Amino acid sequence: MAEATHAEVHRHEPPKGFIRKYIFSLDHKVIGIQYILLALTAVVFGLVMSVLMRMNLTWPGTNWPILATLFPTGAPGGVMSDAFYLSLVTMHGTIMVFFVLTTAPQGGFGNYFLPIQIGADDMAFPVLNMMSFWVTFVGFLVLILAIFAEGNVTVGLWFAKLGESAWAGGSGTVGPIGGWTGYPPLSALGKIAGPGQGAGVNLWIISIAIFCIGSLLGALNFITTLLNMRTRGMTLMRMPLTCWAWFTTAILALLSFPVLLGGGILLLLDRMAGTSFFIPGGLYVSGATVPLHNGGSPLLWQHLFWFFGHPEVYIAILPGMGATSHILSTFARKPIFGYRAMVFAIFAIGMLGFFVWGHHMFISGMSPYSAVAFSILTLSIGVPSAIKTFNWLGTLWGAKIRFTTPMLFAIGFVSLFVAGGITGLVLGQTSLDFFFHDTYFVTAHFHLVMGVASIFGMFAATYFWFPKMFGRMMNENLGKFHFWITFVGVYAIFVPFHAMGMVGMPRRYAQFGEYEFLKNTHPLVMFVTVAAIITAAVQLVFYFNFFWSMFKGQKAGDNPWEATTLEWNIPSPPPHDNFAGVVPEVYRGPYEFSVPGAPKDFMMQTEPEAAEVAASLGEGSGNGGNGHRH
Amino acid sequence: MGRVLALAIWIITIASVWMFVSHRWWFPEAISEHGPSVDRQFMITIIVVGVAFAAAQIGLGWVVWKYRDTADKARATYSHGNNRLEVVWTVVTAIVFISLAVMGQRVWASLHLHAAPAGSYQIEVVAQQFAWNIHYPGKDNTFGRTSTDLIDDSSNPVGLDATDPNAKDDAVTPTLVIPVNRPVELILRSKDVTHSFWVPQLRFKQDLVPGLGIHVHFTATKVGKYELACAELCGMNHYKMKSFMLVLPQSDFDALTKLSQAQFQERKGQLLDSYQLPQY
Repeated sequence: MAEATHAEVHRHEPPKGFIRKYIFSLDHKVIGIQYILLALTAVVFGLVMSVLMRMNLTWPGTNWPILATLFPTGAPGGVMSDAFYLSLVTMHGTIMVFFVLTTAPQGGFGNYFLPIQIGADDMAFPVLNMMSFWVTFVGFLVLILAIFAEGNVTVGLWFAKLGESAWAGGSGTVGPIGGWTGYPPLSALGKIAGPGQGAGVNLWIISIAIFCIGSLLGALNFITTLLNMRTRGMTLMRMPLTCWAWFTTAILALLSFPVLLGGGILLLLDRMAGTSFFIPGGLYVSGATVPLHNGGSPLLWQHLFWFFGHPEVYIAILPGMGATSHILSTFARKPIFGYRAMVFAIFAIGMLGFFVWGHHMFISGMSPYSAVAFSILTLSIGVPSAIKTFNWLGTLWGAKIRFTTPMLFAIGFVSLFVAGGITGLVLGQTSLDFFFHDTYFVTAHFHLVMGVASIFGMFAATYFWFPKMFGRMMNENLGKFHFWITFVGVYAIFVPFHAMGMVGMPRRYAQFGEYEFLKNTHPLVMFVTVAAIITAAVQLVFYFNFFWSMFKGQKAGDNPWEATTLEWNIPSPPPHDNFAGVVPEVYRGPYEFSVPGAPKDFMMQTEPEAAEVAASLGEGSGNGGNGHRH
Repeated sequence: MGRVLALAIWIITIASVWMFVSHRWWFPEAISEHGPSVDRQFMITIIVVGVAFAAAQIGLGWVVWKYRDTADKARATYSHGNNRLEVVWTVVTAIVFISLAVMGQRVWASLHLHAAPAGSYQIEVVAQQFAWNIHYPGKDNTFGRTSTDLIDDSSNPVGLDATDPNAKDDAVTPTLVIPVNRPVELILRSKDVTHSFWVPQLRFKQDLVPGLGIHVHFTATKVGKYELACAELCGMNHYKMKSFMLVLPQSDFDALTKLSQAQFQERKGQLLDSYQLPQY
């Protein structure tokens, strides 16, 4: 039940100095924006890398003069080397998964809006919150350092002084070349395994380890805040679905990041301390036997990595699901369809997500019996996912839809979630994995669902909450333009990936020309690249809109969208202590739109009166509603 | 806006479905005993997936079209959902998805939950960074002893021990040569990092993990020459880790395996040149 903590008016004054206010701030709102800005920075790196990859795949051997200047070793004469390409693959994946898809949805929007939506004046542990951001930020700097350590010969030599094999740098790449999954022994052997395997891998592991710590601090804070700091009347079943999503995500992060952290430390020990957690004996690499290592298991890393890696997929997308539910209901002007089912579904997805990691490993050499169990559990995750889709459609059924930019992105999320998620039914089957494992069919699946759908959730969230965060509206025309090109663009990029997968195209290939069976995919490869370049370029419109609107956007009122939850009760942007010392009291569920007999078509969670309405609501009003009225 | 969005969703749906229905980009012909079953299971799955995908997208387009905000509309329907619909929908999807999951184990079980059939021809595959070494037991059908210490990339890539009499007739070559219509058991090993054995026509893929000797089996059903690729990122020349799989009539295969090491290499070269890759 909700805790009534502050009975009297008790105001927290904002800090005065610039540094305490904007840099080392304890305010969850500032920290949330810091996370969002970090994601907006990181995604530029990730996106540029993906465009470079497409360029290399489509026009191999072409001279790109700027690359000759920036990476004279990795792209001699401006032509990307194979190692350079693979380092793009690795860094694109790592940056996107960790520093974009994990930071903005949870650390960004979750930090900013979870406390406000439950009626708290801040997170439970503000200092921990500040640390979680700055630790994450350091992790990002370390990852960027990997680009310099490998890409620049001088910096590489400097790192090599730390240890010739494990720390050798300056190979000309932008980081390690083992993919974001970093499978040992390739990632564990150091310099002998090829370019990028020295300082690049070490910095990559250290960066991820630091990131794990930052995420753990954040997760503890989210869980504590949500359980202990809900305001009067804010029962669990009156929370907005966004809060349920952030809560579930925090539990996933709490249970999965420590495993990756442990794995990362073991990998680092294998590289630098001569241990053999992942390195078996009797290896012969690059013309020489590998001494000193014995008895390690490459599969152990895969288990540890995917025990984290699969929940991570849901860490990326659950907040997008929450935002989508919230925004669909708001602009449909309708209560969410099946609130309780949505809560159970999101929890079921999160928990089942811990029992399916083996589907990444069907052909890895693990027991084929456990593959069967993992496969069946994997397909059962489709059930709660289908519940969510069904309920989103149910929410729009009989609605009165306002097509604002956030609503367009939320609808886009539903479409992309279906398109990307449903091919999980193909990939989750052991018998079909014989063919599809590590082909572009997989790349298509996870880009659509955990990549693009999650990003659409974040675009929806940005357009939706921007007025609350900055007190100004984002430009709707630019926003709609951004939506249309991006929506069509991402389909144009990722639907053809399935076709490439159908012919068996392996992922992580720097070129396809070697193989006859890939010959007829060339028009697809070209088409995707053109679509990718256009779609990437249009994101500039979003950046322009974001920063321009911050200063020049039309002023927003307290509640520009006529929404119901607590953040819309307070000024835009909110004061330092959110509710100006007044403890809000909650009387109803989060999605009371179009209530018959009510004066307006939305009822704020804080609206106490309207006894005549309460009568018509019946039993459903108090718990978020799950009645049978239809 | 609602109508434009609905049309966009529908057009994307049609284009996506067309891409599969047109069969313009499709599996290469299956040439293994289990291959057609994999293809059949895929067809069943993709029909379920296609119907569900199209239904959801058409439905989404429809609600977006129909329930757009128009001036004449009063208020949205006030409803918190419908538990009966929810239960029906959940049960139906659970039945469909779990059935697919169970059906999807059949081919897998036939290959991986059973040992190789008696009379399978054993071949050892030793992967290394950017090359395949296929190790044949020779006339005596017994593999010679190998050791990491004896490996020499140019002359002895799998470290065959010349002092072992069983090794005398063993042959090592980059090409995988197998008999048609006879079960083959591969013993998959790696010298350095993880690789993956991938012949699209076989409908078969399996990682080669250093430290493990993974036994797998299948039966090829069509004579011909096919590309063998690596499907697990193994380093900078990963995409160049290419070789061929040659499926020979039993008589040709028997003749080949009875040859001495030098003759084996020469004959294999001739056979490799005499076959053409499939037309794509």
